[in-house]
Amino acid sequence: MPENPVLEPVMERFPDARWGVSDRETLVDVDRYQLADLATACRDAGFEMCVDITAVDFYRKRRTRFQVVVNLLSHQHRQRLRITTGVPANDPVVPSLSSVYPGAGFPEREVYDLFGITFEGHPDLTRILMPDDWEGHPLRKDYSVGSVPVRFKDSPQVV
Amino acid sequence: MADRRLLETWVSGTEEPDAMPTDEGAQEMGVQESGYRFREQLGAVVTDDYLYEEEVSEDERMIINMGPQHPSTHGVLRLQLELEGEMIKRCRPVIGYLHTGMEKTAETLTYMQGPTNVTRMDYLAPLHNELVYSLATEQLLEVEVPPRAAAIRVLMTELNRVSSHLVALATNGMDIGAISMMMYGFRERELILAFFEKTTGLRMNHNYIRPGGVAADLPPGWRKDVKQILKTIPKRLVQYDDLLKENPIWLARTQGVGVITAEECRAYSITGPILRATGVDWDLRKVFPYSGIGQYEFDVPVGAHGDVYDRYRVRVEEIIQSLRIIEQVADMMPSGDFRVSDRKVTPPPRARIDESMEALIHHFKIFTEGFRAPPGETYAAIESPRGELGCYLVSDGGGKPWRCHIRAPSFYNLQALPVMLAESMVADTIATIASLDPVMGDVDR
Repeated sequence: MPENPVLEPVMERFPDARWGVSDRETLVDVDRYQLADLATACRDAGFEMCVDITAVDFYRKRRTRFQVVVNLLSHQHRQRLRITTGVPANDPVVPSLSSVYPGAGFPEREVYDLFGITFEGHPDLTRILMPDDWEGHPLRKDYSVGSVPVRFKDSPQVV
Repeated sequence: MADRRLLETWVSGTEEPDAMPTDEGAQEMGVQESGYRFREQLGAVVTDDYLYEEEVSEDERMIINMGPQHPSTHGVLRLQLELEGEMIKRCRPVIGYLHTGMEKTAETLTYMQGPTNVTRMDYLAPLHNELVYSLATEQLLEVEVPPRAAAIRVLMTELNRVSSHLVALATNGMDIGAISMMMYGFRERELILAFFEKTTGLRMNHNYIRPGGVAADLPPGWRKDVKQILKTIPKRLVQYDDLLKENPIWLARTQGVGVITAEECRAYSITGPILRATGVDWDLRKVFPYSGIGQYEFDVPVGAHGDVYDRYRVRVEEIIQSLRIIEQVADMMPSGDFRVSDRKVTPPPRARIDESMEALIHHFKIFTEGFRAPPGETYAAIESPRGELGCYLVSDGGGKPWRCHIRAPSFYNLQALPVMLAESMVADTIATIASLDPVMGDVDR
């Protein structure tokens, strides 16, 4: 476990989480059922801003396909903390952080829209960037980029 | 369910009921046993749905759509406003009209092509987008750029901050009715764009800052151009202050409008001038310095009230501070190379390709498959004119990022709109949106 006086009470409460450190931030990988509790504990420890929520699709790279990434920032301690949690493809559900950090509203909608990961307890989980009747989740790796057929000059068929 | 008989007393009676009914009385004549309620269910009587708590009837509540095609929404922002007369009760921003899937596109481009893509997100501060992408890539590669490259980056991004804030002032003025301010802001921005064109070849979407340094050295005579900018803009800022700072109409339209507190900003992940206007001196250039910006002297201007006027003042002060940084960079510009000498990252100079087999191979590799970044994930953040601009990069060891996420400040700052607009007038919506300075390309990506 990394030395960090600010996060020490949180580390004691969540000894099962995998704690690490990079030269810019503290890292923690946590079970997804503990995500909301951990975020609440971090907020109480002084991480008052949820800077960013996003996800990564490790399609055919990892056993748990998705990873939800939460970047927290502490103004008073001038620190960053990155929480990651694995989300399996057959049950893509994560507890919502919108009750802990109201600012999680938009980014969680974005992750839901582009990855199809549901945030349990989100007050208004609708598509945000794509049209409401869109099918599929574009940032998943098995969602193709798509192409427009082009007919070249003197070519008998569309390539 | 309110007791109807009590309601009738309240509405029709001229005097207040002198005694509230006791508990026993309320039980005895409860809603369930009331014959009135029974007749109401049968349809024998019709009850007036007058909501006495809100002092307004349902049909005075109106939902209007503002945008997406509205000149003051700065692009294609759509707002659903729930109005009661002139008063906004609720506001819901609807975005996505400019979504072009740039994060998906970034996964199909090599690291060297990446800046071409991200520069189109926040089109008023393109160099900041390029910088944050390049910083994230360099963190993955563990490459340190030479001091001259870092200084050029600071110079260009600070000039970009000035030009972006000038547009913010211009559009803010235009939306409130100070059309002259619009003309002035765009006029001064032209100076900086001309310098950008001279340096990078383009006025916007430069693709100038790249992983490993910058694309080209500063042009001959750059010092003269920068001096000209440093001489002109402060004089013009004084003129803007003469026009707006104590203008009674401007004060009436901006002071106490669109107020947000520091706690609300933190809760809703709002950064940049909006946060600083509430009195929090949080600037990533000071707290987590990047590209050697910590060595230059500058102050972090803060406001006090968190209203539209304070945001306007913070932007004006930030222009002055950015000019201070630009002056120092121009004086202290180190000599040397403007990109790393690592041939795995930087393509070799053209002349070397004719002489060296390795140079030819490196050139071919970089321009076909790009360089490979070691597997890992990283998050880089810089202070863009709109707030914390972050780039979260995940590499699987290949030549293209596995995932590229841009933490767009405008996207998060839009969450402030419902907070700022609650219980305010419709006309203030325009001033508030302008003071947020959202760039829809940044919001929708």
